Amino acid sequence: MKGYVHSFQSMGAVDGPGIRFVVFLQGCPLRCAFCHNPDSWHKEQGQLFEASEIIDKVKRYTEYFGKEGGITLSGGEPLMQPEFAAEIFRLAKEAGINTCLDTSGNFLGNVPEDSVKTLLSYTDLVISDIKHADKKAFKELTLGSLEKTKTFLKLTEEMNIPLWIRHVVVPGITDGTREVLEMAGIAKKFKNLKKIELLPFHKMCESKYEQLGITFSLKDTPECSKEKIQVLTSLIAAY
Amino acid sequence: MTGWTGFKGGDWQEHINVRDFIQKNYTPYEGNEDFLASATDRTKELMHKLNGLFELEQRFGGVLDIDTQHVTSLLNYNPGYLDKDKEIIVGLQTDRPLRRGVNPFGGLNMTRKACEAYGYKLSEKVEEEFLYRTTHNDGVFRVYSDEIRKARHVGIITGLPDAYGRGRIIGDYRRVALYGIDRLIEEKKKDKAELSSKVPDAETIRRLEELFQQINFLGKLKDMAKMYGFDISLPATDSKEAVQWLYFAYLAAIKEQNGAAMSLGRVSTFLDIYFERDLKAGKYTESELQEILDDFVMKLRMARHLRTPEYNELFAGDPMWITESIGGMGEDGRTLVTKNSFRILNTLYTLGSSAEPNLTVLYSKDLPAAFKRFVAKVSCDTDAIQYENDDLMRPIYGDDYGIACCVSAMRLGKDMQFFGARANLAKLLLMSLNGGMDERYDMQVGPQMPVYEGEYLEYDKVMERMDYYRDWLAKTYVSAMNMIHYMHDKYAYEKTQMALHDTDVHRYMAFGVAGLSVLADSLSAIKYAKVKVVKDPETGLIKDFVTEGDFPKYGNDDDRVDLLAKEQTEKFITALRKIPTYRNAEHTLSILTITSNVMYGKKTGNTPDGRKAGEPFAPGANPMHGRDTNGALASLNSVAKLSYDTCRDGISNTFSIVPDALGHSDEERYTNLVSILDGYFAKKAHHINVNVLNRDTLIDAMNHPEKYPTLTIRVSGYAVMFNKLTLEQKKEVISRTFHEAI
Repeated sequence: MKGYVHSFQSMGAVDGPGIRFVVFLQGCPLRCAFCHNPDSWHKEQGQLFEASEIIDKVKRYTEYFGKEGGITLSGGEPLMQPEFAAEIFRLAKEAGINTCLDTSGNFLGNVPEDSVKTLLSYTDLVISDIKHADKKAFKELTLGSLEKTKTFLKLTEEMNIPLWIRHVVVPGITDGTREVLEMAGIAKKFKNLKKIELLPFHKMCESKYEQLGITFSLKDTPECSKEKIQVLTSLIAAY
Repeated sequence: MTGWTGFKGGDWQEHINVRDFIQKNYTPYEGNEDFLASATDRTKELMHKLNGLFELEQRFGGVLDIDTQHVTSLLNYNPGYLDKDKEIIVGLQTDRPLRRGVNPFGGLNMTRKACEAYGYKLSEKVEEEFLYRTTHNDGVFRVYSDEIRKARHVGIITGLPDAYGRGRIIGDYRRVALYGIDRLIEEKKKDKAELSSKVPDAETIRRLEELFQQINFLGKLKDMAKMYGFDISLPATDSKEAVQWLYFAYLAAIKEQNGAAMSLGRVSTFLDIYFERDLKAGKYTESELQEILDDFVMKLRMARHLRTPEYNELFAGDPMWITESIGGMGEDGRTLVTKNSFRILNTLYTLGSSAEPNLTVLYSKDLPAAFKRFVAKVSCDTDAIQYENDDLMRPIYGDDYGIACCVSAMRLGKDMQFFGARANLAKLLLMSLNGGMDERYDMQVGPQMPVYEGEYLEYDKVMERMDYYRDWLAKTYVSAMNMIHYMHDKYAYEKTQMALHDTDVHRYMAFGVAGLSVLADSLSAIKYAKVKVVKDPETGLIKDFVTEGDFPKYGNDDDRVDLLAKEQTEKFITALRKIPTYRNAEHTLSILTITSNVMYGKKTGNTPDGRKAGEPFAPGANPMHGRDTNGALASLNSVAKLSYDTCRDGISNTFSIVPDALGHSDEERYTNLVSILDGYFAKKAHHINVNVLNRDTLIDAMNHPEKYPTLTIRVSGYAVMFNKLTLEQKKEVISRTFHEAI
């Protein structure tokens, strides 16, 4: 089976546990204001690969995976191509490789729930993000919705798949103590939650926007400091 | 004998056999670093004083002081001290700290130039002494052919050790601690007597004279120790003496020789046996043992040779390659990691980060987990250590080998090597196309042939020409090396170091190549894209290339090009092996450039991969900067495909990654770095330098050196203080690929 791929990163050390081969799939409908891969939005701009070709690539790196590492599907939005993603993971599990799905969880477009369930049945860990704890603010930030995120998270809970929640901390938008704690509150309701990771908003992607001729709406927003992340992380831990 | 009290006996008592002593007596350590002591006040004060001297040395332009009156040797200086009252381990190369001696045995002119470069003049006394004396350098140039001179001039062979000490010989300095000088002399006398019983041929006579010199210098070593108030005739009796005896032996070697690399061997686990014995007996505390090692390492950090600025252009940062090999596994499956493996790495904390000694971890998948985590932590904290694949080397060299220089493995006391130079493979390609003409000097260097005809380069035709010129280059290179090592043995024989080897040594002749990634990418361009030649209308020589279309690039785990790189190394060693070596040495090959990749680039014209004339090469076996675009592991996999069987003198890879790409927390970074090392070495890779730092840090250090007095980075098989690099070298290091997260 073929699908659209944006790029490969042979060494992902920050996209799931351990050392991971990261496959960035092409295509995402969300248009998050802080998106740092605007070049991964349009599916048809990707390169076509067979699922088996991808697994052949991943197999060249199994020696580095140790006890925890494996493959991570990221994007773009892997749920845009659920059958393709499921085929990659099926082959990965066949080869004994740990699988991690990095997704917004928003079923946008016409993705059948069954195909997502199939994908999840081959998934060892889901990394998902709660973009904002407030419904309205969520909508302002992205084209997705908090409800859709929750529906997806509920599904991972029902299927009992370990879950990491990520939250991008954007100064002035998603960095309020209350908002962050509320986000953590939503996350902690899910029994399968293993970890909450706060990611600092950065603007390394600015040149990509320029190249693509797209306006970066957060151009004037400052980057998030490491100290801020530390403070908020300890708050969540105490909460 | 009191020195051996409490040790388990064995063959080591009957014969000189340090390995047997280690195996019978050492205590493997599988725990973590929690037992380590921090620096004592005494150590801090002494180090503070030393740091002051280092700073002064930098302010004086890199050399603090030169003694131009005496020729360096074991007994030519009065004892020197950093602080006589506070020092635990004593002995300096000259009579004052950081004062450099002159060593004209390698070449008088080089010594003169080095003195002048720092505002000194070689004394009349030394000039006169050498007026009627042949140096190694004199000898070599008496016999060099025109062809060698030309190849040397245009830089297709560079870095021939024909004007300085060849180095890369590791004396088994442990022997002095374990046996004492008298026993070593006695054994050498026995060997000499045995050799004398035959009717001698030329080789036997030479060996007899070498043995005479070895015995003579063992005597001098004993006298040198006496000047410092120590009698080292007998075995060392405790930890402090073991370190002191061993250091005296090393000190004698660096007083006698200014070899390019003066490596230490594998001493920490050996010394641990004494440390453990004293710990158990309550003779020394942990803190006192750390102090002894701290003092020893301080001495190593003070070791200096006098070099010319041109030499520094090749080998930046005033290195001595005092390489200490740490850890590894024993043949019986027990780890050779001891508490002392931790203690010697701990000196990077007790004394601060440093480029020397060149701390090298012999890495095995079976190393204790706590040790793996600790070395990963040290890498993240200091960027000062390198890793080499013990699982790859142990089956070849056993479990008592050490690393000379950066990546050259040798059985301690049993192997030595004739080191020298690199052949520039990118230039070989250009010379093949231009029919033996050099592309920069427009000079006929190799055998003449018409310049490549045709507008586009065809892979098979290019290969055919390269095969011809490769054989010529190999012959020229081996010839030069044979002459150099004949003369070095004759005029600058390593008497102290060879006295600390078995009399029957195995010899390697270590060749090298530079520009492998440039060659691989160039061949890939020729094979997979279209390369049009641009000829100089005046000379008709090919001076540039226009490459149409894309091509696979080395460093992306793409077999199409990676296997071209591998094939070229195989072809080169095969060509070398066809030419007999001096003293029947075994040919080996390294892919290692130190910091000379900048200089090699300067000497090489435009290449078909798109690299412009004068631009630096990538260091060692590294992919070219910015061309490895599939992430760090793809880059590592490409390098791992080069075969150690082909490149037995080592394959150097320098790896830089920004901390944020290695993990969110410190603990994650340690775990991930261990996974990378495990994976890379499972792929049968040989060596890796690890830097965990941000490019911004280096840029800031370039602009504000005073803020980073001890910033250390791994460059190519060794570490340097960033501030000691030239501006050009700094820029090159900054331009290298830093693996980042997307």
